[in-house]
Amino acid sequence: MNRLRFPVLAALGLLGVTATIAAPPDSSPVIVIQNATILTVTKGTIEHGSILIRDGKIAEVGPSVKAPKDATVIDAEGKFVTPGIIDCHSHIAIEGGVNEGSISVSSIANIAEVLDSDDIDIYRDLAGGVTTANILHGSANAIGGQTIVIKLRWGQPASKLPFEGALPGIKFALGENPKRSNFSVPGQPRRYPATRMGVEETIRGAFTEARDYKNSWDAYNKKVAAGDKSALPPRRDLHLEPLVEVLEGKRYVHAHCYREDEILMLLRVAKEFGFKVRTLQHVLEGYKVADELAAAGVGASTFSDWWAYKVEAYDAIPYNAALMTRRGVVVSVNSDDAEEATHLNQEAAKSMKFGGLTHDEALKLVTINPAMQLGIDKRVGSIEVGKDADLVIYNHDPLSAYAVVQKTLVDGRVLFDRAQDIAGRAALDKEKKDLLAKEKAAAKKPEEKPGAKKPENPPKQGEKPKPPAEDEATASSTHGGAL
Amino acid sequence: MKVELRDRMALILIGLLFLHVPAPALAQQAAPTYAITHAKIFTLAGSTIDDGTLVIKDGKIAAVGASAEVPPGAQVIDGKGLQVYPGLFDPVTQLGLSEISAVNATVDTSETGSFNPDVVAATAVLPSSEHIPVTRAAGITEVLAVPGSGGFDSSGRGVIGGQASAFSLAGWTMDDMQIKRSVAMVLNWPTIQTRTFDFATFTRRERPYSDAKQEYDRQVSELTDWLDRARHYAQATGHGGPSDFERDVKLEALAPVVRGQLPLLVFADRARDIQNAVEFCEKQKLRMILAGGEEAYKVKELLRSKGIAVILRPMLSLPPEEDDPYDSLLGQPARLSEAGVKFAIGSFDNSFARRLGQNAANAVAHGLAYEEALKSVTLYPAQIFGLADQVGTLETGKIANLIVTNGDPLELTSDVKYLFIRGQLTSTDNKQRHLYEKYLNRPKP
Repeated sequence: MNRLRFPVLAALGLLGVTATIAAPPDSSPVIVIQNATILTVTKGTIEHGSILIRDGKIAEVGPSVKAPKDATVIDAEGKFVTPGIIDCHSHIAIEGGVNEGSISVSSIANIAEVLDSDDIDIYRDLAGGVTTANILHGSANAIGGQTIVIKLRWGQPASKLPFEGALPGIKFALGENPKRSNFSVPGQPRRYPATRMGVEETIRGAFTEARDYKNSWDAYNKKVAAGDKSALPPRRDLHLEPLVEVLEGKRYVHAHCYREDEILMLLRVAKEFGFKVRTLQHVLEGYKVADELAAAGVGASTFSDWWAYKVEAYDAIPYNAALMTRRGVVVSVNSDDAEEATHLNQEAAKSMKFGGLTHDEALKLVTINPAMQLGIDKRVGSIEVGKDADLVIYNHDPLSAYAVVQKTLVDGRVLFDRAQDIAGRAALDKEKKDLLAKEKAAAKKPEEKPGAKKPENPPKQGEKPKPPAEDEATASSTHGGAL
Repeated sequence: MKVELRDRMALILIGLLFLHVPAPALAQQAAPTYAITHAKIFTLAGSTIDDGTLVIKDGKIAAVGASAEVPPGAQVIDGKGLQVYPGLFDPVTQLGLSEISAVNATVDTSETGSFNPDVVAATAVLPSSEHIPVTRAAGITEVLAVPGSGGFDSSGRGVIGGQASAFSLAGWTMDDMQIKRSVAMVLNWPTIQTRTFDFATFTRRERPYSDAKQEYDRQVSELTDWLDRARHYAQATGHGGPSDFERDVKLEALAPVVRGQLPLLVFADRARDIQNAVEFCEKQKLRMILAGGEEAYKVKELLRSKGIAVILRPMLSLPPEEDDPYDSLLGQPARLSEAGVKFAIGSFDNSFARRLGQNAANAVAHGLAYEEALKSVTLYPAQIFGLADQVGTLETGKIANLIVTNGDPLELTSDVKYLFIRGQLTSTDNKQRHLYEKYLNRPKP
């Protein structure tokens, strides 16, 4: 989260990439992917198969399809096609910090209001085959902010990122993070809650208020419906409204958790107030209470093999996803990290080694299962006629460390193309060097710009700005520390 | 599932037949002699043997070849359909130095203060760390524990971090496990940082360039001063010195560095920092190994011409700059290899050490030759740290740190079927498998 930002260069990268990759938003090309090994996820594997894409949807799938003559053909001979990867836990595309850590119930904060469509991590995750992501706040608070599912529509404005029709969510967090075990600020008093007991009471307290609030609105609406024109509406409470939506089943709860005891605690509280927990996030000890998770019908979204970075992760096992799957839980493998997201296919593969999932079961961990968890499985998560054409083309079986994404399509548009990315690099390099030279030239003539800051080591008069040597020194050495 | 159970049964059977011991195998009685027969043997020293025998005796590789003889009394492991490789070597880890990274009481990675040349990793490696069995189950048989380089807070890691130690991942005490106590001296090359992140308070801090540059200059000048003093000290002690010579343990620890006997493991990532570090070490006549090297490809000609080897941090990392090609780190090993820069790959971690093979495979996926990738996690780290006479290949006389697998050891789904560390047949069991089996057998509530 402390990634440095370089506005000039960021803008530059953006210009180049969008210019070469993104199709104009109004056109929706007809595409045929041919000769591919198609891993449909829900309908088996088709060898030497084809997919017809029209209007952003999968129009046909099979050994052969009827393609119109003007269709763009992608020959995928020897390649593998999967549904786009769905990351059930992501923090990309967020402007500013991910935690509103000042209060224990921060349901008022909404990720939808701070989406950053220029975040380069959108492009990098696309390059790793991710097409849909659940964007969440951090885990500082027992009840965190409102979450949103986005499509990785690189090149589109923030308003076009939200996944149409996907229910919004809310982040909960249990355990060490909300009780701030590892984040004490010297000189400052500890925040409530500081124990797992307090975390439970924070959630129970908030839902007690939310239930009362809901009742007062229900009573008001009933009076209005009965024709009572003198009825006064309750005062709106923006903290409680999202929790009322949870009680009404209109907003999903995605709860960060680790230990078995806190997992069962949340399921008890949810039962008490009559709401459902949609997914348990991380849930590294989920394998210890897998039967309880299955009985509660709650989804589990976990890591492949992270462990031991804190006490509540010390009993984490790489068998977690497989063991929960075998006990009947719908499981996904998520990233929680922009880099980890770029190889979720590999992370899913580890469940074949650790716990013996089949190839199909492993692939489900990052496709149809997270789609089910986010309630978007009618639209995405498998290769079926009528579903969104969110597809990834790999050069190799995707459940391997040797697989590299060649193309990623979102809504039937190629938004990442490895060959084009590589081909465009020389032009981008040149553009960057020209801009840097321009900037240097501008800095060279301070007298023309009144008030402009004098460079620390102005070049001698008549001296040309030294172009960086090929491949040897670029932004970091010419620019680095000054920014 | 079935395959795994069957193979585990086989392991248990071997245990019952020969050993009756928990992992790691007992060292009290002389270890048995083993012969792995009819296996495909990737020696990484010459050509691969398609159907060969490897003999392990007294902790060492006693014979390897297509026609190596099985000694009488040797315990035979049928390697038909299996492959033998040198165990993987992770050259930058905090293994044994850090158990749970968020809990200070379990972390011994970095001393306070900026100059700690006298501290040695081997002192604080916990042989019973749960990370060790988990890591060796991934086919990693030896590592370098590196002090003073890890942790979130790079500003608090000091300049001279201490001495890195090489050890095998099985044994009762560090004395058993140690390959070499002092392998390299850690130097965190000072960087000009205007923006830092304070993990204690989770806040970003900014300061003017001039302040950051001033701090950098001060650190480099302090470092120069330390080296000067170490040189004088080495000279004085080297000439017998007076008997009342006042000992200085820190200068004593730096003496092998200024004499060129102990390499500096220099942590630097950005091209400018690498250039500065290379210039400094050349001027000071110090042996340099680069660690980190995110932008090593930008100075590859310099590294090649000076013969400086690199321990690369994981390729599965995001590039440092927003406008870097998305795969600049993934593609870097191939570019360095083409340019003739010697490199190895490290995990730079403890709990992610088991991703070492995955990282190497990803480098292959982005253009690196497979054999080079395999060597970058076996032979090359051994060569870079001067340990190739002991580990890194399957050759007679080397420590028998090796793995017998059912497939490519870099691939995600391959299993280590037999693990030999210091010539002992070592179990791949660990805390995580125990928990798995315990909860796999939990009765339905």
